[in-house]
Amino acid sequence: MPDVSSAVRDMHRMEALARSNTGVHRLHPVTKLLTVLMFLIAALSFERHAFGRLLPLFLFPVLTAALADLPWKPFLKRLLFVEPFVIGIGILNPLFDQVPVPFAGFEAARGWFTFLSLFLKTTLTVLAALQLIACTGMERLLAGLHAMGLPRVLVLQVSLTYRYLTVLAEEAGRLLTAYSLRAPGQKGIRFSAWGSLAGMLLLRSFDRAQRIHHAMQLRGYDGHVPLPPGTMPGMADAVWFFGWSCWFALVRFVDLPLWLGRLMTGG
Amino acid sequence: MHMADALISPAVGGIMWAVSAGFTGYSVRKLTKDPDEGIVPLMGVMGAFVFAAQMINFTIPGTGSSGHIGGGMLLSALLGPVGGFLTLASVLLIQALFFGDGGLLAYGCNLANMGIFTSFVIYPLVWRRIMKKGVTAKRIWWGSVLSVVAALQLGAFSVVLETFASGRTELPFSAFVVLMQPIHLAIGVVEGLVTAAVLTFVWQARPELIEPNRAHLQAGVSLRKVLVVMGIAVVLTGGALSLFASSFPDGLEWSMFGVMGEEEITAAGTVHSTFSDIQEKTAVLPDYTFKVPDGATELTETAALAGTSVSGLVGGAMTLVLAGLIGFAVTRFRKRETHA
Repeated sequence: MPDVSSAVRDMHRMEALARSNTGVHRLHPVTKLLTVLMFLIAALSFERHAFGRLLPLFLFPVLTAALADLPWKPFLKRLLFVEPFVIGIGILNPLFDQVPVPFAGFEAARGWFTFLSLFLKTTLTVLAALQLIACTGMERLLAGLHAMGLPRVLVLQVSLTYRYLTVLAEEAGRLLTAYSLRAPGQKGIRFSAWGSLAGMLLLRSFDRAQRIHHAMQLRGYDGHVPLPPGTMPGMADAVWFFGWSCWFALVRFVDLPLWLGRLMTGG
Repeated sequence: MHMADALISPAVGGIMWAVSAGFTGYSVRKLTKDPDEGIVPLMGVMGAFVFAAQMINFTIPGTGSSGHIGGGMLLSALLGPVGGFLTLASVLLIQALFFGDGGLLAYGCNLANMGIFTSFVIYPLVWRRIMKKGVTAKRIWWGSVLSVVAALQLGAFSVVLETFASGRTELPFSAFVVLMQPIHLAIGVVEGLVTAAVLTFVWQARPELIEPNRAHLQAGVSLRKVLVVMGIAVVLTGGALSLFASSFPDGLEWSMFGVMGEEEITAAGTVHSTFSDIQEKTAVLPDYTFKVPDGATELTETAALAGTSVSGLVGGAMTLVLAGLIGFAVTRFRKRETHA
């Protein structure tokens, strides 16, 4: 997990990106979610040594970024935080699969291709998830999912967590700043303060939850919260979903890079 | 312990989605029946609390390192298994969407590894049994450490099983188990101690907040029934999805074999030879191939599959360049349109 201030900053940035008004932003949230799911299924269905065949799938995040005016820097920065776990597991593959494979004139252990495949799949899948929220926004995504039948209580739960997340993250940040000012040079919270520091944050959160509940009751909350009505998908949604699905199917069943390479090299 | 999308296959991801959806449905049904309306706003804020608390580093005495709070056990201890599970579900969803921690297809895996085991296995079997005779500080410490360690061990083992079943890494089962379990034992002890410290503080300040006082959440739908239904769902879904997963890519070849009598179409005729000639003429690097070592047919086949042949490499690089160029062209076009 990132530190408190950068996490809050990242969330605000995502929300700001989601407020744009490009054609991709205007698509129905469920259309975008289903398209991303198709993308994930296509990317993850490739066997473990495949890496060249995954490359045409990059067209999806590249075009989405271009059409939705999404910057690359914050997404690539987030990738740097996520990749180490997969790299940690992936880097062991060359040790366990040392079958030599000819590669550009020399031989490499087949495990390296598994590693490359894992790296590319992580890059593709993380980009797709982050771009989905950056061109949709949490509230719109939840409203769309509710229209598709996601239980109201779940929508409400995620929505409330999301709304109070930045508030509590900022409160945790203030607590940590106060602690560090009284304990300079300490990297973390010392053992004797474990319970009291996080416990105080928890008790404050509980009290906040109670105040919120009372405020909701005063506004007529009876266990049901009205949600904005969902919109219906249009022609653009159909084009987006079916167009990309066809591309994913083509990439999945035809080795496009090899075909292109043969066309160029005559090999 | 967030499972990344890259480590799983669609079949395993789909099965775990189905399992998690079942437990989510069960929890929603139980919560909807519950008369305590205040639980939902409480869950919302508690989800945000766990998210914020996970960013706090707790220094481990005697070492230079630090640990974090887990969240799953803490939520179950405060909100009950159903409330805790749904709260963790929302936290995991936000982490996957905003921070790339755990994937969307792997969401079901993560919910099972961190939520189902904690709330529906460890909570009733460990935590509740320890707290049965009444809550004391000593029981909170033992209960927290044992519960978190057991939950993390189950979760880590589940990560290994899901990864192994997906077949996306070369790591042998035993090596992966040896790698995962001891690490998560150490993490579990630290997370358990942090959870215990927080719960003890809360219990001393506000004893009514510790979950046994919200015992009404336990009544309602029988968990055994749900587990039986889920078991059947897993078998059915798993069977259907694995059939799809195993037969679909190869099924194309299989059907080709049925139709053509061969697994690949062998090209012949004047049309093919004409296009072959065009290809030869348009090729930037005609007939540029590396020599294949004697007896290396199988390896070359693997290399071609992996996209390591020269054609594959050139084509792969060109694909990336093309994708980048298309993106660049669209961006430029859109900017020009905006300025116009």
